[in-house]
Amino acid sequence: MTTPSAYTDAPTRRFSVGDRVVVKVSFPPGHRRTPHYIRGKRGVIERVCGAFPNPEELAYGFSGEPKRVLYRVRFKQLEVWPDYAGPDADWLELEIYEHWLEQA
Amino acid sequence: MSHDHSHDKAHDEGPPSEYEIMSRAMQELLVAKGVISAEQIRSRMEKFEQDFPYRGARVIAHAWADAAFKQRLLEDGKAACSEFGLDLEADRLIAVENTPQVHNVIVCTLCSCYPRALLGMPPTWYKSENYRRRVVREPRAVLKEFGTEIPDNVTVRVHDSNADMRYVVVPMRPKGTEGWSEQELAEIITRDTLVGVTLSKA
Repeated sequence: MTTPSAYTDAPTRRFSVGDRVVVKVSFPPGHRRTPHYIRGKRGVIERVCGAFPNPEELAYGFSGEPKRVLYRVRFKQLEVWPDYAGPDADWLELEIYEHWLEQA
Repeated sequence: MSHDHSHDKAHDEGPPSEYEIMSRAMQELLVAKGVISAEQIRSRMEKFEQDFPYRGARVIAHAWADAAFKQRLLEDGKAACSEFGLDLEADRLIAVENTPQVHNVIVCTLCSCYPRALLGMPPTWYKSENYRRRVVREPRAVLKEFGTEIPDNVTVRVHDSNADMRYVVVPMRPKGTEGWSEQELAEIITRDTLVGVTLSKA
């Protein structure tokens, strides 16, 4: 098959699986892939998805270089929604680019 | 959910939207310049309706029947599909497994990202603001509206398909399906079970 696999390499990256992170609270204009509801929330790196062309640049016809590392981050539902009605053990998982994450 | 024919009809009769006009104009230009042919566009649309929607059930039936394949699917969804003879093209796939302890459900809160090369086009409800807004916030209530009650001792994992990955749920194989062929298994693996809003039943 010619198309690349599910994961791409990300040898140079800031975070590893299990690291605690917090999503930046920032509201820049433009095409952003970090939903508003998750900004400022604390989670844990679930997996490293690889390095991808930056969608915030691609959206405007730029090359998307340098590539950015994409992570899957796991959040407790109670962290995201303090009035969450379900059990404590419920999770919400999202893909967050490295430049949106800080060490928690 | 059934097709809403009156809606389709109204849509056909109304003026085309700005995006429809742009898309038609782009298509006409590409055909006129010989970049693609009308036949290629037609066969692509046919594939979306007659091939893609059935791929997911086939690959999951194979995973149910072959534990080693299921493991490879969970490790690297795209590579496993490729091994099974399915090229997911640009889609990078993460398969998430339902177990007696965990139930998975998929959404794209930003738009309507969906594993199209595996499941075809997303259903209308998947694209609705109601589903996208609520399933991340009150997944158990939304699942209940689909007739799916998840007991409190089962963890609900919601996956927001908000960037570059696409997701498919590996449902639990129901009891009573021992000895079934992959084709028989595929028949009970519906689209909604692969998005995680319902459970497979024998």
